[in-house]
Amino acid sequence: MAKELLKGNEAFAEAAIRAGCEGFYGYPITPSTEFLEYMAKRMPQLGRAFVQAESEVAAVNMVYGAACTGKRTMTASSSPGISLMMEGISYIAGTEVPAVIVNVIRGGPGLGNIAPSQGDYYQMVKGGGHGDYFPIVLAPASVQETVDCIILAFDLADKYRSIVHVIVDGNLGQMMEPAELPPMRELPKEPPEWAVTGAKGREPNFLSSIYIDPADEEVTNIRLVKRWMEIEKNEVRYNELMMEDAEFAVIGFGTAGRVASSAVRAAREEGIKVGLFRPISLAPFPKKEVEEISKRVQRILVVEMNSGMMLDDIVPLVEGRVPVEFYGRMGGMTPFPDEILDEIRRVSENKAPVNGNARAEWIARLEKIVEEGK
Amino acid sequence: MTAPAKPEVKVVFQRPESFTDLTTHYCPGCTHGVAHRLIAEVIDEMGLREKTIGVAPVGCSVFAYKYFNMDFVEAPHGRAPAMATGIKRVLPQNTVFTYQGDGDLASIGMAEIMHAAARGENITVIFINNAIYGMTGGQMAPTTLPGMTTTSSPFGRDVELTGFPIRMSEMLATMDGTGYIVRRSLHDVKNIRKAKKALFMAFETQERGLGFSMVELLSSCPTNWKIDPSKSLEFIAERMVPVFPLDDFKVNPELTKKRA
Repeated sequence: MAKELLKGNEAFAEAAIRAGCEGFYGYPITPSTEFLEYMAKRMPQLGRAFVQAESEVAAVNMVYGAACTGKRTMTASSSPGISLMMEGISYIAGTEVPAVIVNVIRGGPGLGNIAPSQGDYYQMVKGGGHGDYFPIVLAPASVQETVDCIILAFDLADKYRSIVHVIVDGNLGQMMEPAELPPMRELPKEPPEWAVTGAKGREPNFLSSIYIDPADEEVTNIRLVKRWMEIEKNEVRYNELMMEDAEFAVIGFGTAGRVASSAVRAAREEGIKVGLFRPISLAPFPKKEVEEISKRVQRILVVEMNSGMMLDDIVPLVEGRVPVEFYGRMGGMTPFPDEILDEIRRVSENKAPVNGNARAEWIARLEKIVEEGK
Repeated sequence: MTAPAKPEVKVVFQRPESFTDLTTHYCPGCTHGVAHRLIAEVIDEMGLREKTIGVAPVGCSVFAYKYFNMDFVEAPHGRAPAMATGIKRVLPQNTVFTYQGDGDLASIGMAEIMHAAARGENITVIFINNAIYGMTGGQMAPTTLPGMTTTSSPFGRDVELTGFPIRMSEMLATMDGTGYIVRRSLHDVKNIRKAKKALFMAFETQERGLGFSMVELLSSCPTNWKIDPSKSLEFIAERMVPVFPLDDFKVNPELTKKRA
C-alpha cells in the first residue's frame, strides 16, 4: 500500500481497526476526539462495536468487559480522561487481560489546556493505577511510527496479556503527514482459551483481579513481575540519529525527540559532534543503551515537554559518569528546534559539572527565556 | 415367578446445573442465597447456561461467581453495567447479567446503571436492595430508610442531613431504553415465587432483544440490621415495602405476547 497524506488521530484509529480491534469504547476529550469520531463512523460499517460511554470511568470498564471476551479492544483519551480511567486500568492489569489505551497528552496538571505535552510521563510509565503492575508504554514520534506502534501495541497486549499504552501528544494527533497503513488483518476465528464466551462444552472461565488470600495475590504478583522481566528482555525499542561518533548525546522521546532531531542536524552542520537517542518504549526503558551512551559521550542533554520526568530515570543510569543536563518546556509549550540548538551549543561548551542540579539550573534558564517572551 | 415391579423413582428436587457445589459464605438469614438459587433455576429452565456471562459486583456478593456454574467476571465497584455493556456489544448472541447491591448500583455505580438503561443495553440486572452496605459492615446506603440506624448514621438516618432513599426501579422505568423493570421481595414464599417469575421475564426480555431489564429484590441483612433472621423478613414486609412498593414499573407489551 502506498503512502497517503493522513491526519494523525484518524490514521491511528484506522490502524487499530486494521489490527483487528473489535470494540472501541470512548468519551470525547480534546485533543483525542477525532479518534472517537472516526471509530463512530468506521466500526459500525464493519459490524464492530462502538459505544460513546457516559464517562471515561464507564469507557474503560467497557474495554475491561470486552477484553475479558478475548476480542481486541481499546480506548483513546487525553490526560484528565486517562486519570479517570486509572481505576479500570489497574483492574485490567490485575485480571491479566489485553487492552490498548492511547493517551493524547495535553498540558496539565488539572484541567490545564489542550496543547501538546509530555506531562503524563510519570502517570503512564510508573503505572498510574493502584497496586503492583507494569504497563508497556510506547511513545512514537511521527504519524507513521504511531500507526506502527498501535499495531505493535495490540500484538504485545495479546502476547503478554498486558495493558499497552501508546502515548502521543496533540502535535501528532492533529498533524497531517504521509504515512502508510497496514493491510486489514483477518479476525481470529477462535477466542483464547481463557476468555469468557459462555461455558459451552468446557469448564466455566472466571476473570477477575480479586485474590482475597494475600498468599494467592503474592503468587499473582510474582507472575506479573516475572512477565515484566520477560518484557524488559524482549521489548526495548529506540531510535538513534548520528550517535556512532557522537561526543554529546541528546535524549528525548516523542515530539520533543522529533524536534531535537532537527536541532541535532543543525548542530552537526556547525561541526558539533552530537547525536540523538530517542526511546520508543518508555516502559520497558532502554536502560542498557543509556548506560552505554554515558560511557562514550562527554555530556548528555535530556529534552522533554515536561518538568524532567524521564530525566529522573536517566540520571541513575548514568551513575555520575558524565554530567546530565536538562531542557524542557511545560504547560503545553512545544520547544522550537532553535531553542534546542542553543542548548546543544551551550552544553557542548559547558565544562562545569552538573551535580544533580540539572532541574534547578534549567528552571533558572527557563525563567529567563519566559521573561524574554520566547 | 415374576420379579416385583421396581418402585418408580422420580427426582423432585435437585441442585440446578447452573449452581456449583459450594456452601455460600453468606450470613444466616441473608437472602443472597435465595436470589442466587432463583437465578440459577431460571437460567437452567431457559437453557441459557452455556451462553451466559455473569458480572459480579463489589459488596457481599463479590464472590457470587463461585456459586454459579457458568462464565463470570468480577467488576470494579459500581461498574458492572459498563463491563456488561463491553461484553454484550462484542458478544451480542450471549446472555449477560449483572448482580449488584444497593451501594454498588445506586451510589457509586449510579452513572453506569442509568446510562446502560438509557442506551437500552440488552442486558439483565439483578438489583439486591437491603438498604445497607453489607460487606464493609453496615454503613448507610442510598436506600437506607429514614430514621434507620447504621454505623455511619448512628443516630438514625436524618433526612435533613443525608436526604432520602432512592427508588431505582421507578427512576429507571422512565428511561425509554428499558424493556422490563419490576420490584419484588424475598421475605416469604409467595413473594419468592413472584420474584422467580420476574427473573424469568427479565431474561426473556434480553433473549427477545427488548432492551434493558432489571429485577429489584428487597432483601434482608440480619447481621448489619442487628435483628434476627425471622424478624428481618418482617422488617422487609413492614418497613421496606411501604418505602419500596412491589410493582411492575415497565413491562414491554411484547412480553405479554407468545414468542413467535
